[in-house]
Amino acid sequence: MQEIHASQIRPPFYRDERVLGIFTQVLVVVVVVGLGLFFYNNMITGLREKHTVAISFSFLGQVAGFDIGESMIEYSRERTYARAFVVGLLNTFQVAILGIIFATALGIVIGVMRLSTNFLISRIALIYIDFFRNIPLLVLLIFWAQAVFLKLPRVAEAIVLPGPIFLSNRGVAVPWGLPTESWSTYQIILAAGLVLGAAVAYFLREQGKRTGRMPLITLWFLVTVAAVGLIGWIFLPQPLTFDQPVLEGFNTQGGKILSQQFMALLSGLIIYTAAFIAEIVRAGIQSVSKGQREAATALGLNPAQTLRLVIFPQALRVIIPPLTSEYLNLTKNSSLAIAIGYPDLFAVAGNTILNQTGREIEMFTMIMGTYLSLSLLTSFLMNVYNRRIRLVER
Amino acid sequence: MKSMRKLNKAGMILSMVIGMIIAACMSPAAGPEVVESDEAAAPAMQETQTTLSIVQERGHLVCIGNAQLPGFGFLDSEGNFSGFDVDYCRAIAAAIFGDADALEVRPASARERFTILSSGEGDVIIRNTTWTMSRDTDLGMNFGPTTFYDGQGLMVRKESGVSTLQDLQGASVCVVTGTTTELNLADQFAAAGVAYEAVVFEDFDQSFNAYDEGRCDAVTTDKSSLVSRQTTLTAPADHVIINVTLSKEPLGPAVRHGDDQWFDLVNWVVYATMLAEEAGITSENIDSFMDSNDPNIGKLLGLEGDFCAKVGLENAGCFADVIRLLGNYAEIYDRNLGPDTVFDLPRGLNSLYTDGGILYAPPIR
Repeated sequence: MQEIHASQIRPPFYRDERVLGIFTQVLVVVVVVGLGLFFYNNMITGLREKHTVAISFSFLGQVAGFDIGESMIEYSRERTYARAFVVGLLNTFQVAILGIIFATALGIVIGVMRLSTNFLISRIALIYIDFFRNIPLLVLLIFWAQAVFLKLPRVAEAIVLPGPIFLSNRGVAVPWGLPTESWSTYQIILAAGLVLGAAVAYFLREQGKRTGRMPLITLWFLVTVAAVGLIGWIFLPQPLTFDQPVLEGFNTQGGKILSQQFMALLSGLIIYTAAFIAEIVRAGIQSVSKGQREAATALGLNPAQTLRLVIFPQALRVIIPPLTSEYLNLTKNSSLAIAIGYPDLFAVAGNTILNQTGREIEMFTMIMGTYLSLSLLTSFLMNVYNRRIRLVER
Repeated sequence: MKSMRKLNKAGMILSMVIGMIIAACMSPAAGPEVVESDEAAAPAMQETQTTLSIVQERGHLVCIGNAQLPGFGFLDSEGNFSGFDVDYCRAIAAAIFGDADALEVRPASARERFTILSSGEGDVIIRNTTWTMSRDTDLGMNFGPTTFYDGQGLMVRKESGVSTLQDLQGASVCVVTGTTTELNLADQFAAAGVAYEAVVFEDFDQSFNAYDEGRCDAVTTDKSSLVSRQTTLTAPADHVIINVTLSKEPLGPAVRHGDDQWFDLVNWVVYATMLAEEAGITSENIDSFMDSNDPNIGKLLGLEGDFCAKVGLENAGCFADVIRLLGNYAEIYDRNLGPDTVFDLPRGLNSLYTDGGILYAPPIR
């Protein structure tokens, strides 16, 4: 009796899994390509019929003609649109990077508080999370801008904190270092300090591995860098002079002014994102099995050491992927700055430049491309980090 | 199983190839040469329907206006639009249909108005729009006669003692983006050599709120809007509009490039209101002019010649309808901005040339 192998029976083509598979894939590609072409065609026809000028990016070289309230690089109205775009981009960068750092720190603290056995502490964290997570970010930002920072005293009656730090509804003016001639030399000394610190840390680590007693590596690293920095400071004639803000005319002059819009945007983003990060941290910590904690206690580690050396490294594996999403969200959410008057990328490029030039397609292509690159860069860096801390299975 | 996967891969490659072939077949229509064919396409547009015929077919005019500026274009609590600009929308509707209410006002923000017009969603912009060269050329607009000569001004607190630009050295100035004001501010302060901080907001309400709270030392926009907005501040009497004009702001209607007949129609409706004021014809006394022997009045009111036909309208009394329904320039001005309103704006430049202003309409002949 001859056995017929199952694969040798060929069903009719319309029920053949392979034929159907290929057919579906072809169909999907045809539909996607067709839709893409339709919209492209539509855009081109639209542009042609409405007598608009052909797509071109040459306007970026023209004089911008408008002023921007705050800028990290030198900018004035005689500079080009391209320069204005970069000013907006750097302002977005500034908010995103500071926001990510502070939101992470605050989020970790609140996430750990949430798990505290102390009733009061865990409830405070719970209320914080549930309150800020459930308010739309735009509402929160406008609240900070209009109901908190704008309600501070006017600049003439500014609150003066020791420093002096001026607190008014124009923003916060703080003393700031102004580089002098020896600043570049001092930067080299600082770099040397960092290298030396790293060398010390490496040496201590190797020694620790040999002897089995790990010294406080981070502490010694910081001490080395600080010592080199201090020596350099003493021997060089003042690499930085401290510029103190003074109230003069309409505004405070000198020092560094963190504008009301910047403060409102930054604090809104930090507080909002920290609530989400706290939940991610909590989930990460809780994902580490109870046995790990018990084992650590059995080995004689105190609670702080248990958290730092046993729980957290394992929790990180669970924390990093969703944390990446939060970082991306924070960066993208910073485009809400437009609502409170902070000149970020979207406010400068998507509003002012677009308005003046009338080039919607070009500007939005650039803006979307920029946010996309920022997000891809962030997630690339986070993925690299994620690979490093991943559990190495043997 | 393995061969299955291979087959799937083959399917994917096959479908990609087919996709590319389709793309290649379709793309000549949308190929790169299209980008350059702007000029070539323009004449084709002329053969299609004219704006006037589209409006007549639709049965009403779509006018792109403002809903937030009392006195010029404002949407009241009952859902009615009123204001100086809105009355000019009504005037155009009156000329075309003999009915000032054959009109839909399409409220638009400062930045979307030109896009809405060029995409054909509206027929004309009358929305305190400043006539500038780049809008006239780059954006493909044609600007009709200026209906209101405005100028950009600055409002400050009385207690600051500011009276000139130089007094504002180091000050913070609140400004709304999407308008010519942002550029004028930068230009004039640069010319005066005055350093300042621009605080840019996306909308009027926020800009004036920030100024009211003391975030800014000054707030800038067109003088007429400053007057209109001053009334909404917490203590209007504490503020003053300083005697500095940062720019010329000729405000008037704008239409798309490419339809000269429509452009002419809009122009002559506006001129007709000015000519009526010159001749002393108002909405109330117009009937007494209907047997006038003055040829100039006869041409304006459609008693002589076929001037309405020259802008494509069959109704010989098209301008007479405008005057009957809306009144002459002075009536429109006084109704919205004059002494009986909260604004009480002096006519100033917006007087007839015979009264020391610069309103000078060409003759109907």
